[in-house]
Amino acid sequence: MADLSINFAGIKSPNPFWLASAPPTNSGYQVQRAFEAGWGGAVWKTLGDPILNVSSRFAAVSFNGQKVAGFNNIELITDRPLEVNLKEIYETKKRFPNHAIIASLMVEPKAEKWHEIVKKVQDVGVDGFELNFGCPHGMAERGMGAASGQVPDLVEKQTYWAKEYAQVPVIVKLTPNITDITVTAEAAIRGGADAISMINTINSLAGVDLNSWNTIPHVGNKGAHGGYCGPAVKPIALNMVGECARNPYINVPISGIGGISNWQDAAEFILMGSTSVQVCTAAMHHGFSIVEDMIDGLSNYLDDKGLASVMDLVGKTVPKYSDWGDLDLNYKVVAEINNDVCINCNKCHIACEDTSHQCIDLYTEDGRPMLKVREEDCVGCNLCSIVCPAEGAITMKELVHTQPPMTWNERQSLISGFAANSSSIAR
Amino acid sequence: MSNSLAKNFEEIFDGLTTYAATVEANRCLYCYDPPCVKACPTSINIPSFIKKIASNNMKGSARVIMEANPVGASCARVCPTIELCEGACVLNSEEKPIQIGHLQRYATDWLRESDVNLFTPKPANGKKIAIIGSGPAGLSAARELALLGYGVTIYEADEKAGGLNYYGIVSFRLPQDVVEWEVQQVQNLGVEIKTSTKIGEDVLVDDLLANFDRIIVAVGMGKVPMLNIEGEHLEGVYDAIDFVKESKASFTDKMLGKKAVVIGAGNTAIDAATCSVRLGAEQVQIVYRRTSKEMTAYDFEYDFAKQDGVEFRWLSLPKRVIGDEAGKVIGLECIKMKLTDIENGKGTLTEIPGSEFVIETDAVIRAIGQAKQYELIEHLGLANTRGVIDVEMNSLKTSNPKIYACGDVIYGNGYGEATVVSAAQQGKDSAYAIHYELNANSEIA
Ligand SMILES: Cc1cc2nc3c(=O)[nH]c(=O)nc-3n(C[C@H](O)[C@H](O)[C@H](O)COP(=O)(O)OP(=O)(O)OC[C@H]3O[C@@H](n4cnc5c(N)ncnc54)[C@H](O)[C@@H]3O)c2cc1C
Ligand SMILES: Cc1cc2nc3c(=O)[nH]c(=O)nc-3n(C[C@H](O)[C@H](O)[C@H](O)COP(=O)(O)O)c2cc1C
Ligand code: SF4
Ligand code: SF4
Ligand code: SF4
Repeated sequence: MADLSINFAGIKSPNPFWLASAPPTNSGYQVQRAFEAGWGGAVWKTLGDPILNVSSRFAAVSFNGQKVAGFNNIELITDRPLEVNLKEIYETKKRFPNHAIIASLMVEPKAEKWHEIVKKVQDVGVDGFELNFGCPHGMAERGMGAASGQVPDLVEKQTYWAKEYAQVPVIVKLTPNITDITVTAEAAIRGGADAISMINTINSLAGVDLNSWNTIPHVGNKGAHGGYCGPAVKPIALNMVGECARNPYINVPISGIGGISNWQDAAEFILMGSTSVQVCTAAMHHGFSIVEDMIDGLSNYLDDKGLASVMDLVGKTVPKYSDWGDLDLNYKVVAEINNDVCINCNKCHIACEDTSHQCIDLYTEDGRPMLKVREEDCVGCNLCSIVCPAEGAITMKELVHTQPPMTWNERQSLISGFAANSSSIAR
Repeated sequence: MSNSLAKNFEEIFDGLTTYAATVEANRCLYCYDPPCVKACPTSINIPSFIKKIASNNMKGSARVIMEANPVGASCARVCPTIELCEGACVLNSEEKPIQIGHLQRYATDWLRESDVNLFTPKPANGKKIAIIGSGPAGLSAARELALLGYGVTIYEADEKAGGLNYYGIVSFRLPQDVVEWEVQQVQNLGVEIKTSTKIGEDVLVDDLLANFDRIIVAVGMGKVPMLNIEGEHLEGVYDAIDFVKESKASFTDKMLGKKAVVIGAGNTAIDAATCSVRLGAEQVQIVYRRTSKEMTAYDFEYDFAKQDGVEFRWLSLPKRVIGDEAGKVIGLECIKMKLTDIENGKGTLTEIPGSEFVIETDAVIRAIGQAKQYELIEHLGLANTRGVIDVEMNSLKTSNPKIYACGDVIYGNGYGEATVVSAAQQGKDSAYAIHYELNANSEIA
């Protein structure tokens, strides 16, 4: 059986599965139950100055009958007294010395505020800190969370202030509500961050009630934007992790967060450069026991791949993630339909006909309906294979190169080389 | 044996496609402390194995099933799921229950095809256990004991191991290769199976007592009892279990175009009847002295038989098998019955005088349940109640403290159901009871 234990910037954990700072990590009772269920670590619900919460707080988006495709909340940081949280962190760490307990922190962007909270929390014995520069609602209006997390200078400074007193690793949790996350990631590193985590939630409104015209959720007929998470945000989070992982100036471990629901999602984040992964929505939807299959599934996967440790999986896809300009323009795939497997829903035909390149023909052979791709017209967009419900009916087949590989960037430099040459000849 | 007949005995259902299994697995709510698990006699963690199908952790899924149920591949096919897990699924009231049996089959089929090793026995603890009978009860007990480090020997009277799973349940519901695979899994753990060895004849119980630390009796039930009516020894009168067993060995054409009557209305009767249809019988009737309400076959089996074209004759009591000069069956004489006083439990059955009638038939198949194992129980010297071995409620220990009993052989005194899954659980229970006792006595280091 593969070794699932990780060393994340010096934080040791029996497996890469951590609960994200959120309702599941609100109290010692919950975190201890989570550790019993198998979670390797927990980022405690964000600690800071006392706040007040509203009711209601959550809403979810269903997609075609599947509940909780996306999840939206307007909850703030912990609403429990700091002393209570610290006592419970201490007790939990004592009971589970080998599990990772990371304290999430958020205070006003002032040096003394950061110094004070880091000292207080450090004293109870946490394995690390996570600075919450991400919460997009409520706290942001007070100049904290995403509001400070969107300003690279503030990210750098606050990280620096925390690091001045921190004796355990400091993770900076980044907000996705920004155009280029690598900019704030780099700022965190300039401030001395030992690691980064992403993503926090994305500005969102879950919906509008068509009868009452209220927002969803609403607090006494009034609404405000919240933060979006759950399966729907996974592709956004995965890209942000990938962008940071491949950035040559970002050389700290990454904790991947956003829409992770099972071991497969987790493995994708790990391949994309995460050393640990954090989960919130999936645990809120199904309970702590989901971690059992995360552990079992990842372990079986590593065994199948012949890897001795999960650390060997970290970042394996990163070298394959690049810029559009570095993709081979002469690589070509075309769709191929296997009529023996096809169930004749014609979805591929209409998708291609109405919204792509009109190259899937319908015809009959001995009275039997058939489909065929005109390969010379197929641009290899994948759409038909995406909409096809019959597994194996459409395969995207690789064509042999008719021309040597060439990327856009290579092409441009070749053209400018030509231009330079011809101008020098002309000269 | 003809090829077309062989086709009739292929498994009816091909199994879920990957697409169907994925859709169905994602439909499961992953309930907490769910009723489906409580309704499974072997307590398989159903949401866990289903969630693992959804996440494509097939090895993990199969492990969850096989860990709880050593005959999980058979159970996926023969469990009366609508009476058990699926009947309890919370989605019954919302939509339709999750197809737990089909998903269980999907996961165990994956395991059979990939044939990865799931379990490793603990180091040998030096204790030896003899198990009599290799049906689901015996196999399950053997699997659990082998994993705990015991040296296990199974004695099986028949030529092949597997019990009724191998010989008794029709192959279009449970193919023999599935049972052979399950037997192999148990053998892979080091369990020795001595086939064609009947306890009481080939080996005596005293030999076992002298050579083993404990004995588990898992011999099931016996043959179908005689009807005790005239003409029962004519050619063309069969024991339903022998009849099914023969169909599993070879597809004779003795039923081709013939008429058959099956007596009884339990699941064995249904199997014998549908088996006759598949052997090419032209007309198959089930004769039962009570009505459809009292029959013990499950509703889904009844429906299955009707779909196969089996006819039912209720309130008819067989009186005499009629033969021709050559001693071959040509008919069955019955008498009509009247059911009165139904308010009081099963009601009172009385014959209607003068209502005798004859069903023309070429075969009469007895399917009125199975006889008790009187002879063997006597040989073992165990206390019993009308042929059902007396056992302690939790430990399944018999009147001889070195002998335990499980499965169909203790069915009838309030222990479980005569089902494969119940036999499997009792097999596990007896194994744990032995382990607990030997541990408590510090007989194991
Ligand atoms: C036709 C038919 C259809 C059925 N269909 C279903 C179904 O769909 N679903 C379901 O759940 N259940 C079904 N059952 C019931 C199920 O098969 C039994 O409940 C189950 O097999 C009992 O398991 P067991 O291990 O106790 O006994 P068995 O399976 O009967 O195994 C006992 C074994 O002990 C051996 N044995 C007996 N005496 C000796 C001896 N003296 N020495 C050595 N070995 C001996 C026998 O040869 C046999 O192999 C069916 C039964 C029949 C007859
Ligand atoms: C109800 C709720 C409350 C949250 N509170 C916090 C918080 O206090 N601090 C924090 O850093 N992130 C908080 N988050 C964000 C999560 O930690 C996580 O980054 C996000 O939900 C994405 O992960 P997911 O898709 O697995 O839910 C909260 C999320 C939710 C749903
Ligand atoms: S989940 Fe619990 S706290 Fe939330 S609304 Fe329901 S009962 Fe109340
Ligand atoms: S979408 Fe798939 S199943 Fe439907 S017609 Fe096209 S190939 Fe066939
Ligand atoms: S009761 Fe039904 S929906 Fe719930 S876990 Fe069991 S199979 Fe799934």
